[in-house]
Amino acid sequence: MASALVAEVGRRLATRARWRPLEYAFWLAALASLFLVPGRHLILTEIAWLALFALSLDLILGYAGIISLGHAAFFGLGSYLAALLAKRGIINEPVLALVLSGVCAAVLGFATSFLVLRGSDLTRLMVTLGVALIMREIANQIPDITGGADGLQGVVIGPILGVFQFDIFGHVAYAYCLAVLFVLFLLARRVVYSPFGLSLRAVKGNPLRAASISISVNARLVAIYTFAAFYAGIAGALLAQTTAFASLDVFSFERSADLLLVLIIGGTGYLYGGLIGAVIFKLMQDWIANLTPQYWQFWIGLVLVLIVLIGRDRIGLWTGGVRVLAERVTRRLAPGAAPVPVPPGEGS
Amino acid sequence: MLTILFDGIAYGMLLFVLACGLSVTLGLMNFVNLAHGAFAMAGGYITLILVNRAGLPFFAGLAIAFFVTALIGVVFERTLYVHVYGKSHLDQVLFTIGLVFMAVAAVDYVMGSQQVFIQIPSALQGRFEIFGVGVGRYRLLIIVVCGLLTLALQLILSSTRFGSRLRASVDDARVARGLGVNVNAVFTLTFAAGSGLAGLGGALGAEILGLDPTFPLKYMVYFLIVVTVGGTSSITGPFAASLLIGIADVAGKYYVPKFGAFVIYTIMIVLLILRPQGLFARAAGR
Repeated sequence: MASALVAEVGRRLATRARWRPLEYAFWLAALASLFLVPGRHLILTEIAWLALFALSLDLILGYAGIISLGHAAFFGLGSYLAALLAKRGIINEPVLALVLSGVCAAVLGFATSFLVLRGSDLTRLMVTLGVALIMREIANQIPDITGGADGLQGVVIGPILGVFQFDIFGHVAYAYCLAVLFVLFLLARRVVYSPFGLSLRAVKGNPLRAASISISVNARLVAIYTFAAFYAGIAGALLAQTTAFASLDVFSFERSADLLLVLIIGGTGYLYGGLIGAVIFKLMQDWIANLTPQYWQFWIGLVLVLIVLIGRDRIGLWTGGVRVLAERVTRRLAPGAAPVPVPPGEGS
Repeated sequence: MLTILFDGIAYGMLLFVLACGLSVTLGLMNFVNLAHGAFAMAGGYITLILVNRAGLPFFAGLAIAFFVTALIGVVFERTLYVHVYGKSHLDQVLFTIGLVFMAVAAVDYVMGSQQVFIQIPSALQGRFEIFGVGVGRYRLLIIVVCGLLTLALQLILSSTRFGSRLRASVDDARVARGLGVNVNAVFTLTFAAGSGLAGLGGALGAEILGLDPTFPLKYMVYFLIVVTVGGTSSITGPFAASLLIGIADVAGKYYVPKFGAFVIYTIMIVLLILRPQGLFARAAGR
């Protein structure tokens, strides 16, 4: 009986984790953008690291239900580390520096994860915000190492894997960011569709009940928080490596707040939310900044207010519609596969 | 030494006036209002326009700032905030951050991005010595005004009919409703008063805290610290928390300028870990 249940659950998980046609389309489009629009690679690079950053927030907000206003702490740490490693000539190879920056951010994430286990949403907001502010203050107070308010200038990034040198048009940078994003996306996808990912959703739904079916809530939260910090660190390192610069701005509150907006635009609780959100956000920001260079924040704020007033559920409908369509396409292409019912309210 | 204590108290009192409205809204409606600082900024700029441009006396400017900000508060509460009460904390945070961004950009557009100063009467400038302690006149004024306000608030809260309704609503809004308290009206009034006080605080504090379009973002953290540390069930909690933070911040910046900002954030995180319900709050009954 029990083994039948295990098999059934395993089969369901496998069905859920199957690649949908639209997912192929998404990544093919991303790959195509590498060759078709070479003139837009600079903004596409920004989209790529922002997407990774948003993916990182989605892991804790969308899957584990932890609200964070200080996710920039890990982003900033990764950013400064990557810049420092290159500037001091400690590790000249970008990929290795990238991984190391991510690991250090993960260590910080692990250390601070115990702070977010306790208390209500408000306490979590405050604590995450506080951590980011402290990180910013540290970077500000050790100008010998970080360059203080001027930022870390004169960083020279070595060629990737010793072969591909960054060029000024951002072609290599974009290919690099996209590759990193894709690899880490695959990893996140694997994690989210694993039993571990399922247990996270249970924790998000109701921690008390999750605990009563013997899911160790705190351990899961610590794990995913650390994991997400790793992603944020990598995203920050990508920023530093592609711009060859790091400044205090990476820790700013606006960065954490903008990130929330990115994720909300795309929708929380499914992996493409952060990616789609990043595309829309950057294009919108680019467009608005062209119209009113100084006051674009006003329109960003207006978008936030409107999203909440209209209701995120209703905004989520359009992505929901796309997903229903995707299910249909999947069924038509693979008639044998049983459709997985999407519970209402999931992913919003 | 005593001067630092004095400055710290003035600063703390100011923080209390700025933040007490936030603490009540949070306690009453469980509503996270990150845009509270925007009301303070509005008060500051209103006073600036009235005093510097229209030439009104300083105190008249303060009073008008209070009422105008309260009015803005009512309008916003009735038209916008009321839709967001039932939503999740995440929605509330997003919504109010959006408001902050809009306020910052709008003020930047209208008033310019540079830091501005309100002309205070010459009688209030300078400092004098009492028993060897240097006392700034303006800071003394702040302490007196804020002290009176605190007393008035405490009296209203503890011994008027409105105060008891408010306390009942904070303790348990559902039961209060059942007993015939119009919780929504109580809330609107409180929101207005809280916004007005924030506006007054912003106007009073422009001299000490500085006033520029990023004010709501810069001081948001301080308000939140006051509220989370002080708890939301009374006004004595936030009051004590404000004083503590004011003194710690001023002393920290004076004695260890290199670690000035750490002191305050570290205090916040440690307190949140040790006392998640707030420093002086009783354990929540709900």
